[in-house]
Amino acid sequence: MKRRLVPILILLVFSTPLMAETPEKKGLRIAKAADRRDSGWKDQTADMIMILRNRRGSKSVRKIRTKTLEVRNDGDKGLSLFDEPADVKGTAMLTFSHGLQPDDQWLYLPALKRVKRIASRNKSGPFMGSEFAFEDLGSQEVGKYRYKYLREEACGGGWRCHVIERTPAYKYSGYSRQISWLDTREYRPVKVEYYDRKGAHLKTLKWKGYKSYGNYWRADEMFMQNHLTGKATTLKWSNYRFGTGLGSGDFNKNALARLR
Amino acid sequence: MRLIKRLLPAFSMAVASAAYPVEWSGNLAVEVRTFPSTAQWPEQKDNGLSLSFQPELRHRWNDGDQAFTFIPFVRVDSMDEERTHADIRELKYLHVADGWEVRAGIDKVFWGVTESQHLVDIVNQTDLIENIDGEDKLGQPMVRVTRVLEDGAIDLFLLPWFRERTFPGAEGRLRTPLVVDTDQARYESDAEQKHLDYALRWNQTIGAVDAALSWFDGTARDPELLPGTKGSESILIPYYPQLRQAGLEFQYTGEAWLWKLEAVHRDTEQEDYRAAVGGFEYTFVGIHDTPLDLGVLSEYHYDSRRLAANSPLQDDLFIGTRLTFNDTQSSEVLAGGIFDLDHAGKSFRVEASRRIGQSYKLSLEGQLFSDIASHDPLAAFAADDFIRIELTRYF
Repeated sequence: MKRRLVPILILLVFSTPLMAETPEKKGLRIAKAADRRDSGWKDQTADMIMILRNRRGSKSVRKIRTKTLEVRNDGDKGLSLFDEPADVKGTAMLTFSHGLQPDDQWLYLPALKRVKRIASRNKSGPFMGSEFAFEDLGSQEVGKYRYKYLREEACGGGWRCHVIERTPAYKYSGYSRQISWLDTREYRPVKVEYYDRKGAHLKTLKWKGYKSYGNYWRADEMFMQNHLTGKATTLKWSNYRFGTGLGSGDFNKNALARLR
Repeated sequence: MRLIKRLLPAFSMAVASAAYPVEWSGNLAVEVRTFPSTAQWPEQKDNGLSLSFQPELRHRWNDGDQAFTFIPFVRVDSMDEERTHADIRELKYLHVADGWEVRAGIDKVFWGVTESQHLVDIVNQTDLIENIDGEDKLGQPMVRVTRVLEDGAIDLFLLPWFRERTFPGAEGRLRTPLVVDTDQARYESDAEQKHLDYALRWNQTIGAVDAALSWFDGTARDPELLPGTKGSESILIPYYPQLRQAGLEFQYTGEAWLWKLEAVHRDTEQEDYRAAVGGFEYTFVGIHDTPLDLGVLSEYHYDSRRLAANSPLQDDLFIGTRLTFNDTQSSEVLAGGIFDLDHAGKSFRVEASRRIGQSYKLSLEGQLFSDIASHDPLAAFAADDFIRIELTRYF
């Protein structure tokens, strides 16, 4: 009897760490790994074309240049400079994101030459009338969500994905939960399903056309479908550049007026 | 050979502009203003059609560290010949060095945080015939040196030439009972328009607070209006005293609250006084699970001269609401009233705008004056309720 128990005991001892990893811990571990995989790029610039389509198919276009500065131990600093529609040309938005703490945000209005600090509560509101909320486009810090690992499955193009449920931990989110698909090899986001506060499946976001830029992967296109309204927004990205030498001086509210 | 000589400059310009493209943008607007009440003075007209054009030329080189900007403005107005006017809003050169910025030429700056009055804002003269809200400004010749700090900046302004305020002509509405004759402007300083004014401003962000302290020493932007004559006609003459102004701007930004304060201490040969405007804006986000945001604003206006003040905002309360639709057309409405707590006077204002298609914008503005007492500084405007509709084409 004793001789048979020993291997079973050994098996139990060795399998304990694996069994102890709850779906929550595994979800968090993968979110951290994904965050590490996409860090160290220092700064990034890119051009974005945003195409808004309503249910009848009529189209509206926005063009935005973006600059992002990676910040250690805090959320990133971001700058958005609007080129289209023409009436908002020259408008610039500066955001310092802080994970669970409210973001700091300034808006530059070129007609008045006025820099306005704006309240940060509006996370769930639409960005420029699109299907993207401010919180969908903000810096995705690990600490902003609670995680739960659901499963691993095929997710198109021969890729396998981790499927993770994440629940916003920050205040004023428009979502009760999100389900995200991350590819198992490079931790690239493939798809996110957004569920509104009542639990209904509100929107789905899909990434397409990944290209590698040195160490980092970026998608050419992000497509957000709103299932309740039938409206959709496509983001087309181009001119990705990394490590361009931007510093905190470029992300100063006083610099907003001279970016154009 | 002659052909080459003629083509060469054009060719080199084409090459230069290909390397450093010149950016063109701007807007063209048609405006209709209608005044439904009978005018107080016989020459005044009731309706006006107006066309304005503001092209903007920008040229950046050296990765944006050097830039040139030219923004002229012209308006042609059917109602008031004084409102037909042109200005250079900006004509400036910018040089950015490590931690420093220098701008030289004609430029525009904005100081302030509050919504219902811009008290601290003093660098640029108000282009008053454009709109009574004081948000249209004339281009100011200046040399501006900026020292960029971590989360702040210090600005030094040298202002070598003074711009006179614009005033409506005899046919225009929203004017004083007697017409202001800007050709007879007088100054306290013998240097008149050539007086060298200067200003300093330090602004800093400290957590949730954005604050600024400023100092201005020079010709007052807001003139006193003195009785005078032009031939046999009685008119008003603008008199520009020398002014020293110390200013404070403060804003606390919470998750839904904004708390704001602007305060000035002004000192001239004639008087020494304090004025302030302060209040809050609270925003309800996504009301009833729609994308709509509703803001509630209130600001109190104070002037230590009280009833002796030439300002209509000496003891007044502003209450307003801002509705942001967050739709594709960026529709928004701002409506509010200013209640004079000394006089019974009230004025109401609505501003609404909406984008049409990709490059047009329709704006609507309505102003109503009510219960204005004869001794209120707003008495001259008592019959000048108006509706203004503007269609702007941006390019």
